[in-house]
Amino acid sequence: MSNLVEITALVTFQLAQLLLVVLAAPLLTGWVSQCQCWLQNRSGAGVLQPYRVLHKLFVKDAVMAHNASWLFRVTPYIVFGCMWLAAAIIPILAVDLPFSRAADVIALVGVFGLARIFIALAAMDIGTSFGTMGARREMLVSFLAEPALLMVLFTASMISQSTQLPRIVDALAHHQFVLYPSLAFAALAFTMVLLAENARIPVDNPNTHLELTMIHEAMILEYSARHLALIEWASSLKLFAYFSIGIALFLPYGITEAGDWAGLPLAILWLCLKLMLAGAALALLETLIAKMRIFRVPEFLGTAFLLAVLGLLIHFLLKA
Amino acid sequence: MDVFSLLPIDIAGGVTLLWIVLGLCGLALQGQPQVICRVVFPVGAVFSLALAITGFWALSATANIAVLPLGLPDLPFHLRLDPLSGLFLILLGGASFGVSLFSSGYFKGMEGDVLGLLSLEYHVFLAGMTLVILADDAYMFMVAWETMALSSYFLVTTDHNIPDTRRAGFLYLLIAHVGAIAILLSFGVMQAGHGIGAYTFDAMRASHLSSSWASIAFLLALFGFGAKAGVLPMHVWLPEAHPAAPSPVSALMSGVMLKTAIYGILRVTFDLLDVQLWWWGVLALALGLITALFGVMFAAVQVDMKRLLAYSSIENIGLLLVGIGLTIIFHVYGKDALAALALTATLYHSLNHACFKSLLFVGTGSIMHATGERNMGRMGGLIKQMPWLAALMLVGVLAISGLPPLNGFVSEWLLLQAFLLSPGLPNSYIDMLVPVAAAVIALAAALAAYVMVKFFGVIFLGQPREAKLEHAHDAGLWERAGMVWLALACVVLGLAPVFVVQQIDPVSQMLLGSHLGNAAAGWMMLTPMDTERASYSPVYFLLAVLAVMLVTAWLVHHYYHGRLRRGPAWDCGFPAQNARMQDTAEGFGQPIRRIFDPFFKIESVLPTAFDAQPKYHALSEDRLWYLLYLPMKRLVEKLSGWASVLQHGHIHLYLTYTFVTLIVLLIFV
Repeated sequence: MSNLVEITALVTFQLAQLLLVVLAAPLLTGWVSQCQCWLQNRSGAGVLQPYRVLHKLFVKDAVMAHNASWLFRVTPYIVFGCMWLAAAIIPILAVDLPFSRAADVIALVGVFGLARIFIALAAMDIGTSFGTMGARREMLVSFLAEPALLMVLFTASMISQSTQLPRIVDALAHHQFVLYPSLAFAALAFTMVLLAENARIPVDNPNTHLELTMIHEAMILEYSARHLALIEWASSLKLFAYFSIGIALFLPYGITEAGDWAGLPLAILWLCLKLMLAGAALALLETLIAKMRIFRVPEFLGTAFLLAVLGLLIHFLLKA
Repeated sequence: MDVFSLLPIDIAGGVTLLWIVLGLCGLALQGQPQVICRVVFPVGAVFSLALAITGFWALSATANIAVLPLGLPDLPFHLRLDPLSGLFLILLGGASFGVSLFSSGYFKGMEGDVLGLLSLEYHVFLAGMTLVILADDAYMFMVAWETMALSSYFLVTTDHNIPDTRRAGFLYLLIAHVGAIAILLSFGVMQAGHGIGAYTFDAMRASHLSSSWASIAFLLALFGFGAKAGVLPMHVWLPEAHPAAPSPVSALMSGVMLKTAIYGILRVTFDLLDVQLWWWGVLALALGLITALFGVMFAAVQVDMKRLLAYSSIENIGLLLVGIGLTIIFHVYGKDALAALALTATLYHSLNHACFKSLLFVGTGSIMHATGERNMGRMGGLIKQMPWLAALMLVGVLAISGLPPLNGFVSEWLLLQAFLLSPGLPNSYIDMLVPVAAAVIALAAALAAYVMVKFFGVIFLGQPREAKLEHAHDAGLWERAGMVWLALACVVLGLAPVFVVQQIDPVSQMLLGSHLGNAAAGWMMLTPMDTERASYSPVYFLLAVLAVMLVTAWLVHHYYHGRLRRGPAWDCGFPAQNARMQDTAEGFGQPIRRIFDPFFKIESVLPTAFDAQPKYHALSEDRLWYLLYLPMKRLVEKLSGWASVLQHGHIHLYLTYTFVTLIVLLIFV
């Protein structure tokens, strides 16, 4: 009987997290934009603006190019599904969610990869100049960012002797405070990867349609209405997921156990606080630095990759 | 004879014999190409299936041995079917079943006499590979190895009226034989001068070599098998021979034949030699890493789709060699569970690569039939004309990119787990090598995704770049059937990792004395070490993604609507668009060429802004060809030039040489 209660609690936690991330992700994007507006002395449209945009897009009729294939139509759903799932694997509120056993950190990187490959293929599907350019640049960014992310995750896995995110968070959060020099390198590399993978300044700019500089926007130019809404939503889910990975690896304090109802309110409070801080930091970073030329991006990401490998090496050298 | 007293080896030997007979039947039926396509190849496919089932059977059985009354007087042919052979028979049978089915459709337009010969060579090739896997003495092994090499040489040169094909075939033959000599020498070292009876593998297993002789044997084997597998720097034949051969042949060569070389390395290192040294592992690991990175980098800049796949095979062979290197290192340091993990990853990846690379190669055959092109830059938009092919190739592309929930991901996952669990080796330098190696693997895997987006995107997506593509036709029924089989194999290998790992366990038990097992009971969750360390469940993963997708689609259509209009492409409002504005194959690979510039020998002609008729031309070549092979060729030419000073073709001159030699010998002896 107690077993059944436990399982029910676990599943409830998992479903709650699924619902929470999907509903809260646009709020995070709105918060980042709002912070940017404040920093740039604009009044801004409020943190709820992404929801209005999504609603508007869902209401509209979809328009698709004559030669779009089935791949183009299913991609938004695949991308949305992958990003949602990614958010479900990461211990955001509680560790030990049932689904996190099905996929560890390597699989998490795989999920991001799956979504990326589909969106890049969809971008090439119509056969426009901007679409293929976007796909090429996206793959360029990712082939350096993905191994860097993997190395960051490996450093954490080495420390915790596990590739499962719950175990990693457990190891990093619940032991006494130790300063890991390897994690410092990893954190720096992770920040750079986060900027690149979420199409943020200095690698890409989510708010521009300037032809020669866009990457992510170039890929989704041909999408409209509900398809575009799903992709935009998936992008905010991705940002949410990346923030959550960052929090789980580098600021894991306050995440509760699944089934621990008493710890839940506090966990939510901690999560909100950390996300708000991280969002504000991202807005500040984007306000302070300028976008770099596309030719510089490989250097930027190469640095991230090397930093991540260095972090791993330092872990081996110092055993810390 | 009672059917139930048959041993797996009898069936495997029988299949080999039947294949040869079938090939001869094909030759006899030259006048009826229809019969060859509709009967000979499908029957051969059934034999393949029988062989794969035999392999399964052999995994759980004890090793069976057979001695044939053939071969040398003192050394009859020895055959042996143990779990390692069984696993590679599954690989051979499974992949060749799909490829043979595909061939039934693919070769139907061929002329009768060419087809008759081809069917003979094809089935002898299959028989040769089977015998390589079954051979249990050095002589039998070399005979089978040469049969395999020669039959595949004739298959590569099927279109021998094209000069490039002849050249590619010659290069392949040359490197195959340089490798074969090294393998023969390696057997010679292991035989250790104990008379002809010591050429059986059993005698080699029983003998004890000193570590220096064992190292020589290992290095010779690594060189010899590496030449066949395409390990750097013996890789140059792959990108030449694979495009030249008919597509089903490329599929078999890349998917199966390269694996026989992996089989050979495993057989020699872990079965025939009784000592292993740590530096062998480091050497294999380093070679593998370089090969993997090199292969994928060159794949990214290719224009010819079959060359691209050939370079991708080089990459995958590199990954396999990394797995072997890791296995050796762990085994030497007594970390048996980890060694089993690395070996399982290697064998799993062999199976995976056989499936998805065969699938992609036969797919390029259908594309060539439909379009008459190998150059990706003249394709585009084929997903409309060839929907079946596009869907099946998409499975292959996702699998080879190492994405969950398909099979490429599982073996990559296992390999990375082996790296992650490795710390604590007694040699701290090797300990340091591990993270760097893991980083290179991650980089190669990410680049593979780049290559595959280019491959699929440029061929199947976008607008057709040539007018004739409008008339391209989809793959026929037989071709489709073969590809569906291979694609299904990719899916099943991806979704049932626990089952596959259980099948691999007897092999690691045999080679290393330890096996992986599954820590968590149940077939859903793959947990190579213990449940706290790592687990992966592709079935849950797939179900979750599908459920989320369907729920999302239902919600969107239910609460909003599903209205859709078609219109012209938007493209930022850019009015004049045509197919030439898409990235070509060169364009898509350009960033890689730029970033890894020093590795390529680039020859490019770029138009200026004022050219009325701009012409763009870029060629990325392999520096090794110029740094290693051409100097070697010049050296050989120079030496033979000196030797030819003696040759004049006059009989009295040669008589004089004989006379002078005689005199000299008389003086000195």
